[in-house]
Amino acid sequence: MKGYNYAFLDEFTKREIRRKILKAVAIPGYQVPFASREMPIAKGWGTGGLQVTLSLIGDSDVLKVIDQGSDDSVNAINIKTLVQHTTDVKLTNDTKEASIIQTRHRIPEEYLNEDQTIVFQVPFPEPLRTVEPSEQLTRRMHAEKDYSKIWLYLYENIVQYGDIIFGARYPVMVNERYLMDPSPIPRWDIPRLHNAAFLSLFCAGREKRVYAIPPYTKVEPLEFEDYKFEVENFDGKVCARCGSGDTFLTKSVDDKGNEIWLCSDTSFCEKRRKKNGLFAKSG
Amino acid sequence: MDCLLRVVNLTKIFGDGCPYCLELTDDEHNICPRCGSIVACAGISFEIMPNEILGIVGESGSGKSTILKSLYFDLEPTKGAAYLNCYERDIFKANSQDKRWLRNFKMGMVYQNPGLGLLLDITAGGNIAEKLLAAEWRDVGKIRGQASGLLKRMEIPVVRMDEITHNFSGGMQQRVQIAKALANNPEILLLDELTTGLDVSVQARILDLIKEIQRELNIAILLVTHDLGVIRLMAERTIVMRNGRIVEDGLTDQILEDPQHEYTQLLVNSEV
Amino acid sequence: MGYVAVEGGEDAINNAKKVVEIFRRENRLAIDQVMGEGSLYAPELAELAIKQAEGDLVEASFLIRAYRSTLPRIGYSEPIDTHDMFVSRQISSTFKDIPGGQILGATRDYTQRLLEFERSDEVEEEGEESSDASEDPPKFEKVVDVMREDGLIAEPLENSEEPFDITRDSLQFPLSRSARLQALARGENGAMLALAYSSLRGYGSVHPTIAELRVGYVKVKIKHPYTKNEVSIGEILATECEGILSGVGATMLSEDAKFSLGYGLVFGQNERKAISMAILDGTTSVKEPEAPSEDQEFVFYHIDGVDAMGFVEHLKLPHYVTFQSSLDRVKKAKEAKK
Repeated sequence: MKGYNYAFLDEFTKREIRRKILKAVAIPGYQVPFASREMPIAKGWGTGGLQVTLSLIGDSDVLKVIDQGSDDSVNAINIKTLVQHTTDVKLTNDTKEASIIQTRHRIPEEYLNEDQTIVFQVPFPEPLRTVEPSEQLTRRMHAEKDYSKIWLYLYENIVQYGDIIFGARYPVMVNERYLMDPSPIPRWDIPRLHNAAFLSLFCAGREKRVYAIPPYTKVEPLEFEDYKFEVENFDGKVCARCGSGDTFLTKSVDDKGNEIWLCSDTSFCEKRRKKNGLFAKSG
Repeated sequence: MDCLLRVVNLTKIFGDGCPYCLELTDDEHNICPRCGSIVACAGISFEIMPNEILGIVGESGSGKSTILKSLYFDLEPTKGAAYLNCYERDIFKANSQDKRWLRNFKMGMVYQNPGLGLLLDITAGGNIAEKLLAAEWRDVGKIRGQASGLLKRMEIPVVRMDEITHNFSGGMQQRVQIAKALANNPEILLLDELTTGLDVSVQARILDLIKEIQRELNIAILLVTHDLGVIRLMAERTIVMRNGRIVEDGLTDQILEDPQHEYTQLLVNSEV
Repeated sequence: MGYVAVEGGEDAINNAKKVVEIFRRENRLAIDQVMGEGSLYAPELAELAIKQAEGDLVEASFLIRAYRSTLPRIGYSEPIDTHDMFVSRQISSTFKDIPGGQILGATRDYTQRLLEFERSDEVEEEGEESSDASEDPPKFEKVVDVMREDGLIAEPLENSEEPFDITRDSLQFPLSRSARLQALARGENGAMLALAYSSLRGYGSVHPTIAELRVGYVKVKIKHPYTKNEVSIGEILATECEGILSGVGATMLSEDAKFSLGYGLVFGQNERKAISMAILDGTTSVKEPEAPSEDQEFVFYHIDGVDAMGFVEHLKLPHYVTFQSSLDRVKKAKEAKK
């Protein structure tokens, strides 16, 4: 795109962001502050993830962008368009092909290897925000490894509702040191973070924080001995398009108004559908 | 060191302070005439043995609460040191992580105002759970077991365990505070004006409970009060304070029967 | 034209109306607002942004901010001395008479707010925007300087540090004054207005008296790279507000019993924001914050219009996966209750 640097950001900015990413990788789960730049898409719509992707991307990369698991989501397409216009990099919907996957709220279902990096879009980097509104106080709590407030919150959940009520954004302990917000991915995806072969980078543009989980790192969701962490339960439902019973499903409605369930990871669903030869209505 | 807690020359000055504050103040005047600073307490030294109950008695402004607050790290002392037998250095010089460990595991504090020691917007059981969680208890069933046991001991009906603490009466809140302070079997319990604002019958009951628990659990207690009756009932040894200075100390019985310092005499004779 | 609140009022108001017409230009004040929130002094670009955004001013500020971040930073100007301002409007609430006189200028403050239906058929003629850059404007002492000479005003605390750049470094609380002022200068009008208002109404202890409010042109100067002389590269219209943090009731005094100042400086003519800025400069410097307007984190995390707009509107993005996760928990909680 004429008039703009490769990958939109100037080299100075890219270098600063890469340095901050290195620091984040060196301290797993620790939120590194950085001077987030103004981007041509709105804050809250992926500027953090975008800045990380643009700082890392090069000619040899292959990029996949998903939102809620779908490559065709309007926002994902908008982001892809911006990146491609400023880089000419190859785009793909195939998880296996991608070297960088920028995602909003899901980890793709397929296995990811050591050559792949996931960039998560993060709205709330601070896992303690639910129990403490002040940034100064939460920074102190992380520094002193004082997570008593969140444990207390979990206990009160159990007393009041019979179970822990965190849906997405389930707090996890990284490398046995820092409490981390994994971004609003469903609980379904949390076990995938533990001891993963891939690199996970998390970036919040509006809140101006970047953090990371390097490969093969311990990631443990907070749980009690007698109230263990659980993933979502789909009661034996299967995807109406590909028949999967082992992926994260979301409820939808078909044209007749019947309730159907569909894979959130659309490209994986498509692969399976082709393999299983199932015919399903598009849309 | 065979004593549990040793306090050496604890001094707290509020205000800018000047080199003359200490020499220009005494147990009759605790405001420095040079700089206007308040000498809340000065040169306080004492020891507590394991299992012992030491009382500090004095009127308002005597500095007794300041001592407790300094030991619990709510205030930073101007001078002085304190040594617990479980920690190898002056606890006032500990880093914040060690201070938290000391507060969570070795000490229990009961404030005069339950709002300071409790989170009123969570359940009674939750308040006790907070201490256990800080001590890394991770089994809800066991946490609730310990909490309900403690509440029962403090004669709070267990059915109220999941009620918001805000709804409890002052006396009940005080008992929840005590339960919380005992949750981790601390070595020393710090009690600040435990019975102020409570009905007389409630006061007596709570004091009895504390005595029972102290014998059972072998806890040392540092008990601060203005009430000589409480001292008489609870403390084996007593320190008398006035305007930030110790004026007399010794066995409680002796002090109450045969006070030496004229201020102590005044206190004893004024007892209703 | 000067005015004194007791006599000459009617003349002053009539003249003010005339001056408003002289300066009239469609969207003049919207352009000034967008330059302020976009944090870029470029009136033509701001006008384009407003047109492109169909009048949505926050959207227009967003366009300006995004454009701004693609521009290279080629240098820094010398600090602008507002004593050299070519004043088109100057008022003070602290004293009846001030050096140079009270100049009402182009303001609607004393008009009656009645819709003028005859305007709807008017064709806009570009008003003359004249400012004579070659002439040195007459300088008058500022009210604040007079008070300083009398030893009434506390000296500002930090003076010699390099100003913090909030676009280059991330914020760490508590903020330095330069960081606070920068954040306020590019803050969103409405957010700052609401917070300043809350302070006046009692959620806070700051109720300033305006020592001086000025609107005028100031020259922007840089050091010439070779000759090292100061060279003017142009001028900008700015609004400056100096507020004495006196109180209605409580007065904020510094430790040596002097008045503290709240300071506001914004692009273009934007008095509302300059006054709000001066108030919030005061409230966020309070030593023991109690009210929301005194809580630095509360104020500075929430006054950036571009951040706020993006996040509030992001709720329009799909959230069905996270929602599915929440539904699962609600189901579980219901089961546990049974």
